[in-house]
Parts: sequence; structure tokens; C-alpha cells
Amino acid sequence: MHEFSIVSALINQCEELAAQHQAKGIARVAVKIGALSGVEPQLVKTAFDTFREDGICRGAELEMEIAPLTLDCQACGAHSVPDEIAYLCPACQSRDIKVSGGEEMLLMQLELIFD
Amino acid sequence: MCKDCGCSLAGEGHSHHHAHDHGHDQLMTNPQLNDKKTLSVIHKILDKNDIEAAHNREHFEAHGVMAFNLMSSPGSGKTTLLEHLAEYTSKQYCVIEGDLETSRDADRLKAKGISAIQIQTGSACHLDAFMVHGALHQQPLDTMDICFVENVGNLVCPASYDVGTHKNVVLVSVPEGEDKIEKYPVMFRKADVVFITKCDLLPYFDFNPDVAKAAVLKLNPNAQVFNVSVKDADSMKAVADWFETELAGFANTASNTEESA
Repeated sequence: MHEFSIVSALINQCEELAAQHQAKGIARVAVKIGALSGVEPQLVKTAFDTFREDGICRGAELEMEIAPLTLDCQACGAHSVPDEIAYLCPACQSRDIKVSGGEEMLLMQLELIFD
Repeated sequence: MCKDCGCSLAGEGHSHHHAHDHGHDQLMTNPQLNDKKTLSVIHKILDKNDIEAAHNREHFEAHGVMAFNLMSSPGSGKTTLLEHLAEYTSKQYCVIEGDLETSRDADRLKAKGISAIQIQTGSACHLDAFMVHGALHQQPLDTMDICFVENVGNLVCPASYDVGTHKNVVLVSVPEGEDKIEKYPVMFRKADVVFITKCDLLPYFDFNPDVAKAAVLKLNPNAQVFNVSVKDADSMKAVADWFETELAGFANTASNTEESA
């Protein structure tokens, strides 16, 4: 259940950004969660619903984009979203790949409320 | 000087560099709703942890210590491996232990003459960079070559946290079954090396080390996989050799950095 620690870090970030911009509240929090980031989206949602009650995120909607594993092959140049969890190029089977998505945990956008 | 802990770090490189772009936060006005504004950011959610982890790494490096994060399920043999490793290497190592409760693991290591600090996480299922930071100051790093961070036994949560080590070591024991690698891909993806432990039990379990190795390589083509049993001296020597090779590479990088600085 490290999702609770992750969400508490997320909410801290939201609070800091809201304070920086002198916002009164937060209407929406948009995050991008990689399918292989190691967090369970449903638990993130539950944790967010629990933690948002105490602060500026109260009433905020959590918008989650799940990013699939995305690979850029350094050998053949293919950009692919593999069907199974395998870190090799589905086109040419090369293991010389770069991960361009699917392992991230990012805060993307905040919709801030002002007076 | 680190403002959090007061520890002094060698060099001036300690400026808390981090990858996110504070400067590029963009505030967009929504024309329909004058009282709401959309702020585009792109911040790593675990940014604070990552900054602390980078600080821990610099701290280890300033003391010439290479740090390894040991992760596995509970009972895979992390502590046992550390208890026996001293017999096969002359390198000096200390251990930062993470468990929910008790200091039993640290006590086991201390009984072998190994410097060990126990972190009791209470209900936390993983170590984070802040917890490790608190413990590393209690270790005599100047006399050490290696610091092991023995994470909380758990194949899920520790994978998401950089604790400030240089390499990840993941253990899977024969009784757990080779399927654990595919079931917990995020953890094995993070592994620089995988030790298949308790290999002395292979005759009694349907565990195929070749299948396990293939599963690891599918997740991480660069990972190394070793079959290990603390009862098999040759396998332990191979483990010790792996650590010593890593340490030699680490020392080279460190001296090159100094020369170029």
C-alpha cells in the first residue's frame, strides 16, 4: 500500500503549487501513471479520496491517464506498444530499446480556483 | 553543507540538481470560467524522495562507498546472504536494515561483527530515501567499501522508491517459485542483478533456474542472474566476485570524475 505514501506526496505538491499561485482551491488534479510504474490506479483513487478531505484538494477531481509501456527501438527505429510485458522490440526482437513511456508517475495539470 | 542534516559533502556539486522544470509551469486562463485556471506542470510525484535519494548517493560517494538496495519477499534470504558474504570478501560493508518491527535482523548481523543499523518502519511497507538518510549518518562510512540497504521484505512497494543506492539487487528463493518474476515485473525490471537463493533446495522444488533467468532477461536484458546457496561456497564466491567487480567499476568512475574535475 505504498499508494498512500505516493498520494500524500502528490497532495503536498498540489498544496505547494496552489500556495505559489495564491489559489483558493483546486478543482482538478491530472496525473499520468505508467502501467509499469508499480502503483495500482484504483488504490491511488481510494487514497486520493481519503487524503483530499483535509486540505486544499478537498472536492478536487482526480483525472488519471494510464500510460502503456512504450518502447523506442534503437536498432530498427520502431515505436511500439507491446502486447505483453517484454522489454524487447516487437518488430525486430532487438533488446536495444529505450522506454519512452509506461514507468512514469507524473503530476501533469492542476485546475486552480481563484476568487 | 546539507541543510537537513548538517552533513558536509565534498565538492561543490551538492546543489540539489533535479530534473523537473519549475521554470516552465504554465498558467492558462480558461475563457469560459474566469475563476479557474489550468496550471500545466509535469512534476515527478516522488520528486522530493528523488532529490533526497540523489543527496544520499552523493553522501555515499563522498565517502567512497558504493551502496546496494537489496529487495525481495520476506524470507528470501537477504539477511542470511549478508551474514555469509563476509566469509568470501575482504571488502568492508555495513548494513541499513528495514523491517516493520523488531531489530532482529540487525542483531543477527552485529553478532557476525557487521555494523548494522535497524530502521523500524512501523506500518510502512517500504524504505524511502528520507529513512535511509537518517540511518546512513549512524554508519562509519569512512571505514567502509559497501553499504547495503536491506529493504522491507516486499516485492511490490520498494520498487517504486529510489533510496539513494547505486545498484538494485533482487533475490528470489527457490521455494517461492519461478513465477514470481512474471507476477512482480516492476521489481524485477529494476534489478541490476538477481540472486536465485536457496538453490540447495532445487532437488525438492519444481523451480527451473533457466526459466527464471529467461523471465528476468525479458524484463531487463542487462540484468545478471546467479544461482546461489549459502551452503555452496562456489556460488557465494561468485556473488562476492560480482560485488567486487561492481565496486572496482565504481571506484574507477569516482577517480575519473576526480581527475576531470
